[in-house]
Amino acid sequence: MALQLTNRRKVVSNKEQSFSERLYLPGILKGMLITGSHIFKKSVTIRYPEQTRPVAPVYRGQHVLKRDENGAERCTACGMCAVACPAEAITMENAERKKGEEHLYREEKYASKYEINMLRCIFCGLCEEACPKEAIFLTDRIVDAEYERDDFVYGKDKLVEKIEKRIDVSKRQTIEVSEFKKVPGTKHNTLYDGKAIGKGKH
Amino acid sequence: MIAFVIYKFILCAIVFGVSLGVAAYSTLWERKFSAILQDRVGPDKAGPWGLLQPLADGGKMFFKEEIIPTVSNKFLFILGPSLFMLTALMTGAVIPWGADLVIGGKTYSAQITDINIGVLYLLGVVSVGVYGVMIGGWASNNKYALLGAIRASSQMISYEIAMGISVIALVVTAGGTLSLREIVQQQDAGFANIVYQPLGFLIFFICALAETNRAPFDLPECESELVGGYHTEYSSMKLGLFLFAEYINMFISSAIMAAFYFGGYNFPFAAEFYNAIGLEAGSIWITLIGFGAFFTKIVIFICVFMWIRWTLPRFRYDQLMDLGWRILIPLSLLNLAITVGVEYLRGNINF
Ligand code: SF4
Ligand code: SF4
Repeated sequence: MALQLTNRRKVVSNKEQSFSERLYLPGILKGMLITGSHIFKKSVTIRYPEQTRPVAPVYRGQHVLKRDENGAERCTACGMCAVACPAEAITMENAERKKGEEHLYREEKYASKYEINMLRCIFCGLCEEACPKEAIFLTDRIVDAEYERDDFVYGKDKLVEKIEKRIDVSKRQTIEVSEFKKVPGTKHNTLYDGKAIGKGKH
Repeated sequence: MIAFVIYKFILCAIVFGVSLGVAAYSTLWERKFSAILQDRVGPDKAGPWGLLQPLADGGKMFFKEEIIPTVSNKFLFILGPSLFMLTALMTGAVIPWGADLVIGGKTYSAQITDINIGVLYLLGVVSVGVYGVMIGGWASNNKYALLGAIRASSQMISYEIAMGISVIALVVTAGGTLSLREIVQQQDAGFANIVYQPLGFLIFFICALAETNRAPFDLPECESELVGGYHTEYSSMKLGLFLFAEYINMFISSAIMAAFYFGGYNFPFAAEFYNAIGLEAGSIWITLIGFGAFFTKIVIFICVFMWIRWTLPRFRYDQLMDLGWRILIPLSLLNLAITVGVEYLRGNINF
């Protein structure tokens, strides 16, 4: 027996083609029957803009910047999300809340500019995880196609939810998650419904 | 005289219009059919069921930037696609599209011209089509285009031999006539030629695939090796002419196969059928029904062409030449010998 170094050796068949194989015709007919049988199969196409594929309830799509129950923006421009973001997709500028703007901004400091580059974003959801103010969430919306790269940089106009058209994120912020955030060590967080928990004052 | 010219002119216009229309909708059907075979939907946005897609494609072609490479020979560069398109359209002239029509005591035939060497005319015009490809590819002054053109012309020339020999066998069965009209008419009386010439039909069909440069013989434009083949440098409507002429070629090849081997505008029990519904010979309905039958056969052939294209991968170039020279030509010679032998024994020919 020949010396065998590994048992991964494979004997490759190199046999001559038989007459019917060399004629091609039987093979061609067989192939055509296979493709022909697909005439009777249903197409698997999802006609996207009209139809959408069902997604998981926790699907991570386009972000939303939430408002609180009074309609004030929750984000305080702490920058935790930008730090957490592995794709460095988030930039922001902060500003101080003036008197009389309490109904607009929940905290004393707010993001005057908040941008997510949807081309850089990998939709990992770490920004949502990092946010101490429950301000940013990923939703099951899909980022639209654009003609220009610049149009993919979403500013506050696209990210902050409209007061009259709130976006439901309860699917991502489940009871279980909220309960988890009560655990000491994660108790800096608040419940999605805005109730403060733990001893931290927000 | 004037009436004759007008009648021929109208007939030409109809045949050209039908050829172009069928070619346009073949492009749509090609995409639809490939989609069906691949469990997809295909183009369906332009108009109902995507019926306006060919118009959109044509419009797109017209609005593309027209580029003529500075290093190319301008005259030949333009001549190439024009010649290809011209020969593609010219072949339609000798095909009998339907039975004769009698209007006001005058007989009008539904064929542009019934020359007594129709079969030779077809073979001749088809071989001139090679020049379109060759000139276009050469004038581009591009290696890929030149290689593609050389491949195209060598492929067309090799397969023309087998095609010609199988046609000779057909002519022998048809009683020695070279007129397409008579070939179709003699099938009216007896069986369709496919019964006498099954092998000849197979050879003709394979050669027709190769002549029209369609898969699995689309080596002249194989993207993986030659970018775009002979039309690499072409853009805008000149590219459109090349692509479009291919579909016209496919249409005409299907028509020729239907006429040669499947009885053209005849169908089984046609005479009995016409008698049963009380149509007299020469009625316009007979012409129209005959054309319908012819057209159905053509459409079936076009579908088979597409079915093959979306099933088979491309041949390797040496396999292609091997198939042409070492298999098809001997086979067609064998077919010719058998045909002549049988016809001699039946006493239809004597030496
Ligand atoms: S989802 Fe991930 S990548 Fe996208 S912005 Fe948030 S942290 Fe960055
Ligand atoms: S979204 Fe959250 S983490 Fe990001 S800056 Fe605003 S409050 Fe901080």
